[in-house]
Amino acid sequence: MAQTNEKALYAQLDEFIDGLPTLQGALITVLHKAQGIFGFLPVEVQNHVAKKLDIPASKVYGVVTFYSYFTMTKKGKYRVNICMGTACFVLGAGDILNEFAKEIGVQSGGTTEDELFSLDALRCVGACGLAPVVMVNEKVYGKVKKDDVKGIVDEFKAKGGVA
Amino acid sequence: MANITLNNVKLQVADGITVLEAARANGVNIPTLCHMDMADIKMINKVGTCRVCMVEVVNPNGSSWLAPACATDIWDGMVINTNTPRAIKARRTMVELFISNHPKDCLACERNRNCELQDLAADLNIRDDRYAGKMSKHTKDTSSRSLIRDPEKCVLCRRCETMCNEVQTVGVYSAVNRGLETTIGTAFDFPMLDTACTFCGQCISVCPTGALTQISNIGEVWSEINNPDKVVIVQTAPAVRVALGEEFNMPVGTRVTGKMVAALRRLGFDHVYDTDFAADLTIMEEAHELIDRVKNGGTLPMLTSCCPAWVKFIEHQFPTLLDIPSSCKSPHEMFGAIAKTYLAEKLGVDPGKMVVVSIMPCVAKKYEAAREELANDGNANVDYVLTTREMASMLREAGINFNSLPDEDFDKVMGESSGASVIFGTTGGVIEAAVRTAASWLGGETIKNVDFKELRGMEGIREATVKAGEVELKIGIAHGLGNARTLLENIRDGKCQYHAIEIMACPGGCVGGGGQPFYGNDRTIIAARAKSLYAEDEAKQVRCSHENAEIKALYAEFLEKPGSHKAHELLHTQYVKRDKL
Amino acid sequence: MAKVKSISDLTAYKNAALAGDSKHIVDSSITRLYVGMATCGVAAGAADVMAALQEEIDKNGVKNTIVIPTGCIGMCYAEPMVEIRHPDGKTVFASGINADDARKVVTDYLMQKQAGEFIKPNVGYGKQVRVALRNCGNINPENICDYVAVGGYEALAKCLTSMSREGVIEEMKKSGLRGRGGAGFPTGVKWEFGFKNNSPSGKKYILCNADEGDPGAFMDRAILEGDPHSVLEAMAIAGYAVGADEGVIYTRAEYPLAVERLNIAIGQAVEKGLLGEGIMGTDFNFTISISMGAGAFVCGEETALINSLQGQRGEPRLRPPFPAQKGLWYEPTVNNNVETYAMVPAIIAKGADWFRTIGTERTPGTKVFALAGKINNVGLIEVPIGTTLKEIVYEVGGGLPGGKALKSIQTGGPSGGCIPVELQDTPVDFETLNAIGSMMGSGGMVVLDEDDCMVNIAKFYLDFTVEESCGKCTPCRIGNTRLYEILDKITMGHGTEQDLVELRQLGEVIKDTSLCGLGNSAPNPVLSTLNYFMDEYKAHVIDKKCPAGACTDLLTYKVVPAKCFGCTLCARVCPVNCIHTVDEIVGNNKKLHVIDQNECIKCGACVPKCPTKAIVVE
Repeated sequence: MAQTNEKALYAQLDEFIDGLPTLQGALITVLHKAQGIFGFLPVEVQNHVAKKLDIPASKVYGVVTFYSYFTMTKKGKYRVNICMGTACFVLGAGDILNEFAKEIGVQSGGTTEDELFSLDALRCVGACGLAPVVMVNEKVYGKVKKDDVKGIVDEFKAKGGVA
Repeated sequence: MANITLNNVKLQVADGITVLEAARANGVNIPTLCHMDMADIKMINKVGTCRVCMVEVVNPNGSSWLAPACATDIWDGMVINTNTPRAIKARRTMVELFISNHPKDCLACERNRNCELQDLAADLNIRDDRYAGKMSKHTKDTSSRSLIRDPEKCVLCRRCETMCNEVQTVGVYSAVNRGLETTIGTAFDFPMLDTACTFCGQCISVCPTGALTQISNIGEVWSEINNPDKVVIVQTAPAVRVALGEEFNMPVGTRVTGKMVAALRRLGFDHVYDTDFAADLTIMEEAHELIDRVKNGGTLPMLTSCCPAWVKFIEHQFPTLLDIPSSCKSPHEMFGAIAKTYLAEKLGVDPGKMVVVSIMPCVAKKYEAAREELANDGNANVDYVLTTREMASMLREAGINFNSLPDEDFDKVMGESSGASVIFGTTGGVIEAAVRTAASWLGGETIKNVDFKELRGMEGIREATVKAGEVELKIGIAHGLGNARTLLENIRDGKCQYHAIEIMACPGGCVGGGGQPFYGNDRTIIAARAKSLYAEDEAKQVRCSHENAEIKALYAEFLEKPGSHKAHELLHTQYVKRDKL
Repeated sequence: MAKVKSISDLTAYKNAALAGDSKHIVDSSITRLYVGMATCGVAAGAADVMAALQEEIDKNGVKNTIVIPTGCIGMCYAEPMVEIRHPDGKTVFASGINADDARKVVTDYLMQKQAGEFIKPNVGYGKQVRVALRNCGNINPENICDYVAVGGYEALAKCLTSMSREGVIEEMKKSGLRGRGGAGFPTGVKWEFGFKNNSPSGKKYILCNADEGDPGAFMDRAILEGDPHSVLEAMAIAGYAVGADEGVIYTRAEYPLAVERLNIAIGQAVEKGLLGEGIMGTDFNFTISISMGAGAFVCGEETALINSLQGQRGEPRLRPPFPAQKGLWYEPTVNNNVETYAMVPAIIAKGADWFRTIGTERTPGTKVFALAGKINNVGLIEVPIGTTLKEIVYEVGGGLPGGKALKSIQTGGPSGGCIPVELQDTPVDFETLNAIGSMMGSGGMVVLDEDDCMVNIAKFYLDFTVEESCGKCTPCRIGNTRLYEILDKITMGHGTEQDLVELRQLGEVIKDTSLCGLGNSAPNPVLSTLNYFMDEYKAHVIDKKCPAGACTDLLTYKVVPAKCFGCTLCARVCPVNCIHTVDEIVGNNKKLHVIDQNECIKCGACVPKCPTKAIVVE
């Protein structure tokens, strides 16, 4: 079952690549798509992209490790992102990050063992009016205080594995 | 011409050159680290990243700015100062920053006394590690048989990356990560052994520090020499004799064949033979195969297969073309196969107790020696490969004064060679040697004029048509794997037709091999080594492989004839399809 | 409606728009509710608010009232917000409202004229002059009709039908517009380079740098979300002037809404024949595509951006050659940032002379700033160049919250510097800010108050730069790491006076030697704070104190003996059990508490527990 599923994902990626007007310079676009499909960019996916675009795998890996948006590790069901822009920083984003780390039990960049949560510091999301800003998947929390953290985490714990 | 003022001296220099070139042409030294320009082989690394060559450029209004001399073109009226306090401070700071992120184990580093960073630190009088701080952490990769990657010693000059991607088009290396953790790495940090690396070792040749070095087999060879139960024989590749002298400050291109033989005896090898002998043997088999393919409608072109890096390249990059290389083993492997049979019998030595050591200009030969199929009866044809540099290290370690050694001759039975075998060490040499024999055989008698000058030179891709008897042989030659790729793509796409093609992975052929003494960026050294090989060829009485008396004896006594069943068993091999990672 | 094939088609289209979908722009006989639907607004719940407004209007049959989704109104502090424009010309804001409040806006305010607590008077834009932001908050960014209705694409039409390519460049040069991305290079001159450089293939590219990476800056996002067509129109104008037929917008992956609106806008413009082949019946062709970055600040540097567009690591290139000579795919390339483009149609439409009436002689026009940090009116503002920092902070930004004292204004993000309060009368311009060790940058402006430690702020920016360094050149890769380490050492209380000397020396060499703008400017936050806040640095290294109380390692928690009455609450909450009891308190059989300084982890948990406020932080 899992295997057929994976096959379908690769087919989806191939279809996207085959539909591109040109493969010249398409690597980053393709990686965005691949990460969208697979959720992350494991070695096999990068290798697949390299072969499909006919570029050395080392170049694909070089690009993946350069851009912070690309990840080679699987993220949690709920991706907690703390904005670390200046506005958020001066309004205490660092404390918020620490509080989330404490509540979730992983440091920034990590994913919990049950793959429910992952925690990351994010570059400025440009919503400085709401600083400090926390995003859980697509949901945005503005003007977050240290005391709000537990509530936010509990909200998603309650949802559990059902997104 | 452009008028410039360099360190208060008014000069006229050529248009379009860099500040660095203008300075060097006028006796002004500007230190560099990342810069490397060997345009003839397309190894142009003008990335301007190390920022060591900063010089001060003065604007007409008196203000000034710092520019990287290696990557800044001069213009008419340019005013440059290379040694102002500001420029020197910038330079010193760059080197201090490098040192702050560089392991301090110089004494135990393979590049001790031969390191560009060490030279800079010495030249700039750096006496402390004033910016000591967090250092980038990476794992040393010793997975391969040929080379070691120690990224903690990497200064991010990007020369290896340029060499591997632009010149060799192998693409094993890329910059990975960013910030302080940036390094030149392989895909997914895979060990070199699991990559498409050909182990040509050209990255080692251009690395300014100890970040890329060869795997050393010196210790193992010493143990074998010191083992009374073993008979340790050694063979030397043609390109070694024209480069080894450089390690002992002899003029570039000096041929040290006799001293080299004497030195190897003094190191304790039981017998000293010549890979040139096996090169003649290779020609016997290869010329035979070529004529067979031409006459009997076999696959053409036939590619030479002496170069293990090239063989690995085609296995990874063109797995559908594996029927075109000659099935011949490379000369030193042929040597090993014959040594452990024919020679062992002659010497009365148990092949199991015979150790074959090859002195090679090459690090790929180390990998090659470990290939499973290059063995007979479970006994590897070659046991150890040492590079030219390693041999020099052993001599220094043993305290042998190389320069004052007498000239000695190779041992008999596998020590004689023709002029054809000598030129194996340079691009075009193998195919010229093959043509000499093929033409003689096709014409029915040994040809008079053996110099096929149309096959010589340093152009990356060459072609020529030579007459061999009644046949017009169309020959292609490529050296450097990027050129090889171009040629192969043309063949794959049916754009060109040849009878035979010689390919060497290293630019210039084996004289420019990855195991040779470091030559900086001076390609005239490679040309001088090649010239020296051609001179030896010319000086030889016997110029064609099939005229080599010891070779004749070998066939008469043991192998019967080229392409015989026995020859196939011992001297031929097959190739493996590999993944293009 | 068919494609626009001539100027008269465009006029007809405009008239039709004004009579139809876009009548809110001119029709003052109706009540118009503009809901701010940029990222900030949406994040704060503007979609729910808008739905609630519409639902309530429909339910109650409120007449002559329409709801218009619009971009960033600029007052981020008040999101979600609705601007209500009444037929009598009066304008009010409903700010900080949720869906329930929105229903009350309809039922109580619109229907019964009862202004609830969230109805606020219009404060107006005050000292602001809106050029780049002229349409933000006034049009529906997802409907091309609105843009055409306010005169959109008329500048392009003017160029294509009545101006020569040289004429367009001349007009841009005359306007004195300088690149708003930070460097301030004259836009017209840049276009002229692009015009004059030709490659054998004849191909040229127009790029839009929308990789807005400065933490605390969101001008470009607001423009792309609020007025995407102005950027598209400007790129087409640039394409015409330079001789390019292809444009690429490089934007951040973190800006999904901007990408979505750009895609809608491009689709609509193509459909209308305002982009594509034979634009407006002429032989001018121009297409625009969007390319997303992947999280690398350095890609805001144009040569790094170009490498990224080519699918490579975003490492900057050496220059020369400049992008105008060899840019994208090594063809002549002209790159401007979003805000610069947003000004172009206005300049072409109203003329260079009009533009020169705003701003200063040296830098005509306005600049958009993202005002953030310790300021009441966090938001997006646009002021004439030459407005002073003080005017921005107090007259536009409404001063600092909590009555705190202004300490410093940070401009230019990680590339800029910290300007001390003493220099608050500095008029903002490229040269004036450079002269005081900061820079205009792309327009991030962060207000800092007395609680902000300047060493810590410098460290924050260096941390950012170190994280974002591409790693290509030595001074940035290793040098900035060393700068950060020294700052870290100082904030931990291990700094020496020699470290201050090293900071300056190393910072200056990094400025002098780095390969690109990121490295060149990275030491600015350090050097500017060293210049203006030396006392604060000295307090850290000599007295081992952080005057702002921000560097936790330098804080000391102490119990004031006279106030302690031995209740033990503090000792019970201490996570490391470092609060011990000593002598008995006189007149009380309880014991005095003290904090063991060697054990204290400075978590601060004890402070709020003390009923007598006996625990102080120094």
